[in-house]
Amino acid sequence: MSATTWRPSARIEVLRQRAQLAARTRAFFAQRGVLEVSTPVLSRYPIPTPNIQSFATRGPKRFLRTSPELAHKRLLAAGSGDVYELGPVFRQGEQGGRHNSEFTLLEWYRVGFDEHQLMHEVNDYLCAIIDNFDRAAQVLTYHEAFEAATGVDVWAADNHRLEACLAQVTTLPDAALGRDDLLDLIFSLVVAPTFEPDRVTLVHDYPASQAVLAALSSSDARVARRFEAFVGPLELGNGFYELRDADEQRRRFDNDNAIRAKLDQPACEADDAFLAALASGLPECAGVAIGFDRVVMLATGTTDIAATLAFDFDRA
Amino acid sequence: MATYSTNEFKSGLKIILDNDPCAIVENEFVKPGKGQAFNRVRIRNLKTGRVVDKTFKSGESVEAADVMETDMQYLYSDGEFWHFMVPDTFEQYAADEKAVGDSAKWLKEEDICTVTLWNNAPLLVAPPNFVELKITQTDPGLKGDTAQGGVKPAELETGASVRVPLFVEEGEVIKVDTRSGEYVSRVKD
Repeated sequence: MSATTWRPSARIEVLRQRAQLAARTRAFFAQRGVLEVSTPVLSRYPIPTPNIQSFATRGPKRFLRTSPELAHKRLLAAGSGDVYELGPVFRQGEQGGRHNSEFTLLEWYRVGFDEHQLMHEVNDYLCAIIDNFDRAAQVLTYHEAFEAATGVDVWAADNHRLEACLAQVTTLPDAALGRDDLLDLIFSLVVAPTFEPDRVTLVHDYPASQAVLAALSSSDARVARRFEAFVGPLELGNGFYELRDADEQRRRFDNDNAIRAKLDQPACEADDAFLAALASGLPECAGVAIGFDRVVMLATGTTDIAATLAFDFDRA
Repeated sequence: MATYSTNEFKSGLKIILDNDPCAIVENEFVKPGKGQAFNRVRIRNLKTGRVVDKTFKSGESVEAADVMETDMQYLYSDGEFWHFMVPDTFEQYAADEKAVGDSAKWLKEEDICTVTLWNNAPLLVAPPNFVELKITQTDPGLKGDTAQGGVKPAELETGASVRVPLFVEEGEVIKVDTRSGEYVSRVKD
């Protein structure tokens, strides 16, 4: 440990900008009549999404939330109407230039919106709070984005074709990768770097295997109603036209746990309160989570997340 | 066997890849919000100097390379080996031609070099960034030309050849940057 680690990781000037961005965020949602909520940071159940690991507490066993999404949907089912929350989430093992294990998520839900309306609201939001940032978003399907950057037809390509595409930029791990891992890697290493740096790129119609909590498309079985927002290669957030079917949700949780078992990740007990809320009726809605620290990175022109945080994970 | 997990990766870390000792040049944590985490790493093979791009699944372990960089004093060459000594312990090491490579032409007795040891045997020898060497051969300079103008080749006491300004003369000691192989200045006693 060097003698300077008591010092903040961000410059004080950046913390001022960060505070201003948070104030603008609240003003944006106040103006649109979206209710600010605070939901539990310590939760009884972790979310089973594979590849996202929660921290657990000792004693009374609780989990630091990896996302407030299940609590928000319980509010929506109870008739809250549109809600948002700007608050901390925690993900084990996520540490790097663009990741900090504790980070700030901006999550919001719009009743009656589909994913396309919400995608455009994401662009409205970013243009409203970031100075000198006001271009119309580039909107692409996952298939279009993939094909434009790689020439690969994602619906037709087999895993060998995907591996060959990756071999041009890196040497792959020795152990074979699953299809979604290959797709994710190509997206991160090859596709996202082609996105324009001063403009939002919205990618929608994700493969159904990557639906997570999104409803599937009724017109195209290959597609989930999920989208992601990028600026340049930086992933800012992820949104869904929300799955409302409790039985289907339970099956996905079971499937998530089956995948977790294969990956040697701990099983996650299903959140019964959330499933009961779905069963009682979730209004048609779309929701999105934006990494607020990444928005601060963008607004302050840094590529290092630590430079946006008072104290990063190593100095916490 | 010592290993490192990907969450210990950082630049400078020495690992074994395909049986060769390597140093991590750059480590990037790559993880889409909902996907598998990877570490994309740029790795320099310490034997060949080649840099490769390699991706690991986060959580994978790799074998640690027992590689150490040590400052040592260059003693002498016997024609086959170059001999070095750790000043504090007087421990001596013999580096072969493969380890010394192009550095040989900068090695002057008593200079402190950086010797990279792999499994306690010299793998690489790096000369000091700056060396002061005597010119053993160069053409006579033009009288009065002391400021600007052309350059000429000069041979140094260690066998290296560098380009020096016209005013520099045989028998003088000059300072050279070994990384670029360029003349820096005259050394005045």
